[in-house]
Amino acid sequence: MTLTAARPSVTRRPAARKPRASDRFVAVAFLLPAIVYVVVFFGYPLVANLVMSTQNYTVRSFYTGEAPFVGFDNYSAVLNNPLFSTAALNTALFTVGSIVFQFAIGLALATFFNGRFLGSTLLRSLLLLPWLLPLVVSGAVWRWMFDTDHGVLNAALRAVGVDPVPWLTSTSWALPAVILTNIWIGIPFNLVILHGGLRAIPASLYEAAELDGASAWQRFRHVTWPLLRPVTGIVLMLGLVYTIKVFDVIMVVTGGGPANATQTLTTWSYRLSFHDFAFGQGAAVGNILIVVATVFGFVYLRSAKATLAETAS
Amino acid sequence: MTGRLKTAAGVLIVVVLLFPLYWMINASFQPSGALLKPDPDWFPVGGTLDGYRKALSTQGPNLLSSVFIALGTVVFSLAVAMPASYALAQLKVRGGPVIVFVMLIVQMIPGIVMANSLYTVFSNLGLLDSYLGLVLADSTATIPFAALLLRAFMISIPRELTEASRVDGAGYWRTFFSIIVPVSRNAMVTAGLFSFLFAWADFLFAVTLTTGQTFQPITVGIYRFVGNQSADWNGIMATAVLASIPAAILLVVAQRYVVAGMTSGAVKD
Repeated sequence: MTLTAARPSVTRRPAARKPRASDRFVAVAFLLPAIVYVVVFFGYPLVANLVMSTQNYTVRSFYTGEAPFVGFDNYSAVLNNPLFSTAALNTALFTVGSIVFQFAIGLALATFFNGRFLGSTLLRSLLLLPWLLPLVVSGAVWRWMFDTDHGVLNAALRAVGVDPVPWLTSTSWALPAVILTNIWIGIPFNLVILHGGLRAIPASLYEAAELDGASAWQRFRHVTWPLLRPVTGIVLMLGLVYTIKVFDVIMVVTGGGPANATQTLTTWSYRLSFHDFAFGQGAAVGNILIVVATVFGFVYLRSAKATLAETAS
Repeated sequence: MTGRLKTAAGVLIVVVLLFPLYWMINASFQPSGALLKPDPDWFPVGGTLDGYRKALSTQGPNLLSSVFIALGTVVFSLAVAMPASYALAQLKVRGGPVIVFVMLIVQMIPGIVMANSLYTVFSNLGLLDSYLGLVLADSTATIPFAALLLRAFMISIPRELTEASRVDGAGYWRTFFSIIVPVSRNAMVTAGLFSFLFAWADFLFAVTLTTGQTFQPITVGIYRFVGNQSADWNGIMATAVLASIPAAILLVVAQRYVVAGMTSGAVKD
């Protein structure tokens, strides 16, 4: 039905340039490698992951090729595991904690660097460095700084007379420590995107507000904030989608420990599959993660509707 | 605040935020023993290159492996993404918007899910512990990104340009190579840079799809280095510095491409 409805417009529109059968063929030929790649490397694995989550898939399965169907057993095993609530809570705390501070600090820095002054461009571009480094490198550096006996953070604390903190060995400090690391990594991204958004706000609006006697805070509150809203939405949603799946940072800094204090859904899924070799359960946690990421993803796409509308045209 | 005060404040911000990087470089030049003193040395006075010697002898092959994987990912991603973006941006393809949408969505799939299922696929195909396997796996992140970035750029190439070449009798293939590719140079550099950086930094696929028997990428090398002998921070930090070099070079030589890549997909004008 949609086909018959669409056809007239298809044949009428390209009157200026006659569509040849070969045109469509050529376009498909150019697209073909990408389509094949997406089907083989996204379509197939996603289906395989779904299937695997309903199977008792173990190391033996790789050799025998046999993985008995167990229905939703993997899901109920995962959901009834006391680690599930720990991992889910850690994921939520890690994500919210990272994003709130990344965004607040990023916005403050973007506002600061929006004012032109000597060296502002150079200094701002230097701040990009933490975001460009491999996450494993950043993780290793912070792990070294967090070291209880020889780390620089505790040395600084001792210097001002505060008791050293067992950053990575205490179950209550480990999560704040990885969140701190992740905030540091994420600040540049927030800074760059928000800075781009600020630059797009016409200076004349600020001049007008200043003439009307608006204070710096009022100018931020009534000019910057509302006009920055679309960019803010996109930054926060992209941050959510990326932070939920953070793996490298946690693995290098704490490895999910101590005593699962920093285990998130992502690291737990890795642990189930590649340490306990319970691939079915690992796949089940992965699929739960996909559902969460998809929900946020759709919220993101809705907030980026303008972008999509342009895309679809 | 006057301009000079602002510059001073800006320098202070940069010093605070980049301190971890200084600390990495500082530790990379200090003998292992000095790093274990209760009061750390703030400057690498009387430094040593031992860390770099250790890094190069134990991690040198890993660095080389990562270079191969990253270059392979760049070549493969661009080879797949360039023609696809050309078709999506310049040729009328039925279902084009659907493909763009799919490319947008797949970027949100958590990497651990991809790793979990690629592991079983690769073990069946014999692609575990292979360079080709890692290039193909890393491309799951870089191809959708590159395709969308290149497409966004190619939309702005005037149709007159490509159609003139068609009228002159050039085939699609020829038009693609002699018009689209040269005109898209900047966007290609951005897409290529980010593909390189991603593959260079990849840890998830590296740690799941290799067993360390034949080769291991540098990220896995650092991970195992940190895990095994955490007392040798001098060698670890020297390796970390070496692994940071590509990012530092890119920031210096290609800063505008870097910013273009970071803001693509977020700020559209």
